[in-house]
Amino acid sequence: MNGLGFLLSIVSSLLFPGIIAVTKAKLSGRKGPGIFQPLFDAARLFRKGSIYSVTTSIIFQIAPVIYFASIVVALLFMPFGQYKGFLSFEVDFVFFSYLLAVGKFVMIIGAMDTGSGFEGMGANREALYSMLVEPAFFILMGSLALLTNHTSFYSLFVHIHFDSVLSYLIALLAIYLFVQIAMVENSRIPIDDPKTHLELTMIHEVMVLDNSGFDMCLIHLATGLKFALYGGLIANFIFPDTWPLYTQIAVFLMVNLLFVIAVGFLEAFRARNKLEKNPKWILTLSSISMVVFLSVLVIVHKYFLE
Amino acid sequence: MYLIVFQLLFVLTFGIFILSKRHMSYFGLFIQLGLAGITSYWSVDVLIHGTVFERELLISFWGNPLEIKVDSLSAFFILVLNFTLLTGTMYSAGYLKPYINEKNRAEFGLHYFSLVWLHISMLLVCMLRDGLAFLVVWELMAVSSFFLVIFESEKEETVKAGIYYLLEMHVGLVLIMAGFIYAFVQTGAVFSFDGLTVYFARFHPFPLFLLFFMGFGIKAGFIPFHTWLPHAHPAAPSHISGIMSSVMIKMGIYGILRVLTYIHTDLLAIGIFILIISAISGLLGVMYAIMQHDLKKLLAYHSIENIGIIGIGIGIGLIGVAKDIPVLAALGFTGGILHVLNHSLFKSLLFYSAGSIYMRTHTRHIEHLGGLIKRMPVTALLFLLGAMAICGLPPFNGFISEFLIYFGLFKGLRTADFQTDLTILGAIICLALIGGLAIFCFTKVFSIVFLGTARSRLSENVKEIRGGMIFPKILAGIMIVTIGIFPLYFVKAAGKVAGLYVEDIPLIIQNAPPLSNVSRASLVFILLTAFLWFLRRMQQKRVQIEHGPTWGCGYSGADPAVHQYTATSFAENYRELASPILKVDKHFELLKEEEIFPRPRSFKTETGDMLEENLIEKPIRRIIYWMEKAAMFQTGNLQHYIMYAFLFAGLIFLLTIFKLI
Repeated sequence: MNGLGFLLSIVSSLLFPGIIAVTKAKLSGRKGPGIFQPLFDAARLFRKGSIYSVTTSIIFQIAPVIYFASIVVALLFMPFGQYKGFLSFEVDFVFFSYLLAVGKFVMIIGAMDTGSGFEGMGANREALYSMLVEPAFFILMGSLALLTNHTSFYSLFVHIHFDSVLSYLIALLAIYLFVQIAMVENSRIPIDDPKTHLELTMIHEVMVLDNSGFDMCLIHLATGLKFALYGGLIANFIFPDTWPLYTQIAVFLMVNLLFVIAVGFLEAFRARNKLEKNPKWILTLSSISMVVFLSVLVIVHKYFLE
Repeated sequence: MYLIVFQLLFVLTFGIFILSKRHMSYFGLFIQLGLAGITSYWSVDVLIHGTVFERELLISFWGNPLEIKVDSLSAFFILVLNFTLLTGTMYSAGYLKPYINEKNRAEFGLHYFSLVWLHISMLLVCMLRDGLAFLVVWELMAVSSFFLVIFESEKEETVKAGIYYLLEMHVGLVLIMAGFIYAFVQTGAVFSFDGLTVYFARFHPFPLFLLFFMGFGIKAGFIPFHTWLPHAHPAAPSHISGIMSSVMIKMGIYGILRVLTYIHTDLLAIGIFILIISAISGLLGVMYAIMQHDLKKLLAYHSIENIGIIGIGIGIGLIGVAKDIPVLAALGFTGGILHVLNHSLFKSLLFYSAGSIYMRTHTRHIEHLGGLIKRMPVTALLFLLGAMAICGLPPFNGFISEFLIYFGLFKGLRTADFQTDLTILGAIICLALIGGLAIFCFTKVFSIVFLGTARSRLSENVKEIRGGMIFPKILAGIMIVTIGIFPLYFVKAAGKVAGLYVEDIPLIIQNAPPLSNVSRASLVFILLTAFLWFLRRMQQKRVQIEHGPTWGCGYSGADPAVHQYTATSFAENYRELASPILKVDKHFELLKEEEIFPRPRSFKTETGDMLEENLIEKPIRRIIYWMEKAAMFQTGNLQHYIMYAFLFAGLIFLLTIFKLI
């Protein structure tokens, strides 16, 4: 049963892009594609041939494979209530975060491999933004570790439900941060708008202009997986491990659904940041997580007010 | 027996001069293999059994027999330096081949002689405890590395960088000497490291430690004592830059760690001091690195960054000891010390690769390179390996040491008090930022140097280097991957060293960090990647694969060579963010009004080191200014000089009358 979180995340990841697209279409009064359309796209890409730029090298070809693998392995850490992930050890979130960084690293150099000005632009921004968002994640995990006295994804989430009511307040802020970090990691609104015309998209989508066929299929699937990664973590905040299993599964899926619908809403009603504002916006996340950390310090009574 | 052979090898080094130029490297390697073999044997023995190896050398020194002493700290550093020096000498054989016709036999001989003596002096630095003998071998290390740096002495800038280096090393030497002398005068104990015990037990340790820290810190390259690194590393031949950056600067770390073994009080202040200096070194090192266009200068700044990471480990280790948080102490020290090994591996790999690039393209300026992966695929992939390792990415070795430090930090959070928690938070933020910045930097370097298309003629039509030069890099690469996937024995070895500072270390190391789980996760990642790659191969066999130009948004005339990203443009958005701490000089000529038909002109940006400018160059300029003012007394007129003498005599007279002296 240890892989329950992983399996459920995989399942929901397949539907994520579709649900977001449908939500956005409905909200803007369009008919929109079916929920399974992204899956059909992926299946078609899997059957298709590829075109490779003569400028590219092996790096370009292996980058999507490593990227996809890094996200799947990161998903293996996904706990589910009382069940651990397939992989779970102390301070596993450091491994998790650095693994995602491996994926980003190879995608950045993969984009640079094409020698395209557009892709260079995207790659460069991806590098900058993922650097800026890194501290927010670590401070947040540090606060949770401090609060629960546990340091793996699994035990963090199990123990967060045993503390006082205050820990739910922290969880609320943490959820907000997770949603925003997910948006940065996926280069979605407000950082970037993936649904604009390709050349106008500023970050992630512009990095993959030259990918095609199998590689593109992996990249599409990876987008869904990356959402599932954060959706799953958020869901783990919500339900305690004492609930019966089927309720947990239902809640897990519901939270995931809500998460993507929220993303859809956000994307439908919110405009993209001005690009030069992005760094500041991302740094705000770090300061919010710093606030979380300080509040946790207060909660665990480590302040000197006498 | 081994001891006699060990000393015989010292004498054998003179044999280098009688050989022909082609054979010197082999003979040097032969001697070094002997040295490394014997000392590694001692060191492994010490690390396994936890004993201290003590012998008396046959040479006596000022009438005292010279004693060598290898404990686990020495043993660890000896093993690290043996490996890199051997790969360095192997690499040098190929790297110096183009110079065989340019340089005469004496120059070549001096180079290899210095190289072997650099090895000997570093071994002795790790082994000798006697103060005077230590200072002598420390000086020997500086001088031999100076000769190695100025190998291309026909270039003016090389000699200048070399002298700059030598000067800074002597400032360091004076500070260390002052430290020894002060302790000796205050206590009257033996003039050696062991004599420091008495001093530190009796007096407040921080001031004397500060003296030693500055002395050793100049070698190690902590900011603000880092200014020699960005000059000396680009000037030196690549195998020397590799050796200096990988192991010689670690001798500074060794010195600091050695002094720390004698300090048992005041550790909190020292720990916080080291942590702050290291955090600044780590952050500023990588922040300056991003803006560099000279490949080797960039790597030099990365050495500063990594020294910072090592220092962060040591700093939080000390705080852990002082605050009695065993897990913080144990993993801080272990992580920091393991990073010494890790950095020596990937940094030597990166410098050797940079050397190979320089050898083939004759430029270190990354804006002139590009597309090299197609011409030098093995070098490119090895460089990528080093780059990913230095960024601390799994499954490579850099991750392991950073993971240990993170582990200590996160586990220590709960038991620490308020202030320590804030310190830990600061350390976590720093490490996370350093990691992100390193990724930014190395994606830039790798992309600009190896990917895309050639940016100038220099990188067209180059050939891959020969196997002899690839071999040492592959050795380093194998070590990087091995430590990354099977870290246990290496962590245990580093843990033995950390045991000098923290009690119960084997227990904490054995139980706490989930190293086997980390290796399992890494293996899963590698296997999954391999499987997907296999799947992709299968899929691509069935479908049609085409080749075409890079997508240019429908515009097919686009030439990647012209509109691909450059290093400057890649760093542009970062430069905007970091502008407060960077000093970017733009050199260009404005268009004049009467210039109707503009001439071709150039635009050049250069990033100076603001700290070097403010801390070294400005004060020196100020001193020179006042010195020149003072020169007005030097009139060359005999009457004036006689007058000065009279004035001086009068002054003494007056002061004596008023009982001022």
